[in-house]
Amino acid sequence: MKVFKLCVIAVAVIVFASAGLSMAGTLDEVKARGYIIAGVNGGVFGFSMPNEKGAWLGLDVDTARAIAAAVFGDSDKVKYQALTAVQRLPALQSKEIDVLCRNTTQTLSRETTNGLNFVQVNYYDGQGFLVPKNLGVRSAKELGGATVCVLPGTTTELNAADFFRSNDMQWKPVVIENTAELNKAFFAGRCDCLTSDVSQLAAQRSVSPNPKNYMILPEVISKEPLAPVVRHGDDQWYDIVNWTVMALIQAEEFGITSRNVDRMMKSKNPGIQRFLGVTPGMGKALGLSDKWVYNIIKQVGNYGEIYARNVGPDTPLGLERGLNALWTDGGLMYAAPFR
Amino acid sequence: MVENTTHSEPSGDDIRPPKASIGVIGWLRANLFDGWLNSVLTLVTLFVLWKTIPPFFRWAFVDSLWFTDGAVCRDAPGACWSAVTTNLRFIIFGFFPYELQWRPLLAMLILFFLLFYSRDRTHWNKYLAYGWVIGLFLMGLFMKGGLFGLTPVDSTQWGGLPLTLLLSVFGLTAAYPLGVILALGRQSSMPAVKYLCIIYIELIRGVPLISLLFMGSIIFPLFLPEGITINSILRAQVAIILFTAAYIAEVVRGGLQGMSQGQYEAADSLGLNYVLTMRLVILPQALKIVIPPTVSILISAFKDTSLVVIIALFDLLKTSQTVLSNPEWMGFSREVYLFVAILYFLGCFSMSNYSRRLERELDRGY
Repeated sequence: MKVFKLCVIAVAVIVFASAGLSMAGTLDEVKARGYIIAGVNGGVFGFSMPNEKGAWLGLDVDTARAIAAAVFGDSDKVKYQALTAVQRLPALQSKEIDVLCRNTTQTLSRETTNGLNFVQVNYYDGQGFLVPKNLGVRSAKELGGATVCVLPGTTTELNAADFFRSNDMQWKPVVIENTAELNKAFFAGRCDCLTSDVSQLAAQRSVSPNPKNYMILPEVISKEPLAPVVRHGDDQWYDIVNWTVMALIQAEEFGITSRNVDRMMKSKNPGIQRFLGVTPGMGKALGLSDKWVYNIIKQVGNYGEIYARNVGPDTPLGLERGLNALWTDGGLMYAAPFR
Repeated sequence: MVENTTHSEPSGDDIRPPKASIGVIGWLRANLFDGWLNSVLTLVTLFVLWKTIPPFFRWAFVDSLWFTDGAVCRDAPGACWSAVTTNLRFIIFGFFPYELQWRPLLAMLILFFLLFYSRDRTHWNKYLAYGWVIGLFLMGLFMKGGLFGLTPVDSTQWGGLPLTLLLSVFGLTAAYPLGVILALGRQSSMPAVKYLCIIYIELIRGVPLISLLFMGSIIFPLFLPEGITINSILRAQVAIILFTAAYIAEVVRGGLQGMSQGQYEAADSLGLNYVLTMRLVILPQALKIVIPPTVSILISAFKDTSLVVIIALFDLLKTSQTVLSNPEWMGFSREVYLFVAILYFLGCFSMSNYSRRLERELDRGY
């Protein structure tokens, strides 16, 4: 019991000692600490995953690096904390992490009852269907009577049930608990189609024996806007994270890339001058240096570059831009004006 | 029969047993083909072995690839050990900075050396204790850095095998004495101590380790005041220690109850006080009796450390799973898990081996 007593005393000491600490904003805490702590997934290729040298790569990772570039002018000042689906929200609430970039879907209850704020969406995902091409199906509406491989106990299963019911179609779910087994079953021909988020389906297809024999149907039956998350009650930090994602999108719209950003500094366009901090003001309003956007673009790149290198057509995932194209190209990526 | 040249005629005394009941044939008959049931079982077993071993050998060693990339592996008929060799350093060391990975390697070597050296009981003296203190300091230094010009490495970057070893070696060494204290407390005549120990043991044994880990990693931080976070490795470590200690306590209690009353009375009659009775008479005998169950608890605790996967600590199992979620290596789970299984087996097998040796050495025959 001695050990237990010691633990109680230690906790008590920590509690009393910390009661005197002032409550600083997240930006001040992060600056004092010298790096950002970002919660990531750690097991989703293209979004956040370590390579064989233990270096983090992915779209969510690049978003976190952009925030570090904005705050410190150095995109490497991030520490990544891998989190499970259950851990991610409590970790943010208990201030273990500063920002959550972990393919998290924005929902009403997460914003309200969980006390969190989602910033600008950095990836629009949605649930879809993967079918073998020789099935002869061109639309999900033709899947009546199909056997469907699906993970149990997820919103994926419920979405699929809703979809088939609302379209008056019969379906036979093949429920397999483990993702690897599920995919094996599908590629072995046990079901007519596999349903999951489109980005996941693309990843599964890329490692199948014959990727060319499979296609993702055009219908997307659920909305999964994935966005970075911060805590309620720190508006300055929210603004920084939100406008960092906006800056990535705006840079693509302006055509500013990591390669041409130095040249763009000399642009005559007043919008670009404000954006890159040649005309000062934007950074100061956020409590950052006026070169914040320049640092982001120079070190991380714009949204299009991030997309292309992590999940785009030239990667194993091979995902087209789709909903994630700029609004000028018919997608949903739309940044509010920088002025 | 072969003609025997030295003995012209076998006398009645040294008639050799029939060829069929000695030598290899005799052994086969006695052990494998003893009656029709055993003969059938032997044949079935041989058939199963024939069907499994050669194909496995072929898969693992003949048709296998060792140093290629994932795309080449997909067309190969055999094992793709490249999934292990290419990612070996990530599987073993996790996020430890790539250029600094000699440091956890050195720390592990020190640990292995100390464990190996300590297994001989004749080496147990105060110099060994000093050795462990210095060894632990060096291991901490290599892992953490920050002194003598070593780059500091945050503990959030620890992972892989060093993390598994850290959690198990420290978990087990801390849990054992705690468990003994709890067992003694439960036997205590002081009601407060006794009931506190009972409540602790029963509460902890009443929940699975997973729920303790979840509480440590998810609920506990919410109770901490603003700005205080406790390292997630430490939280998992404490949960493992508390859990294992409760189980060891019950095993040790079994040993204490197995001691005859005469031992206590003999110690009393020698005028020994409680501490000396326990230290000199009761515990040495009681702990010896319970070596086998204790070791099985230690072994299962060693394997249970892999449960930290669910709180996203990158132990050996989690780093392997991470490798497998990379599209290049997706689907080579057999090879990677086999590799991890071998590492775990080495750990568990050496533990049980050592416990048998310890039992033999401590056996006084009374």
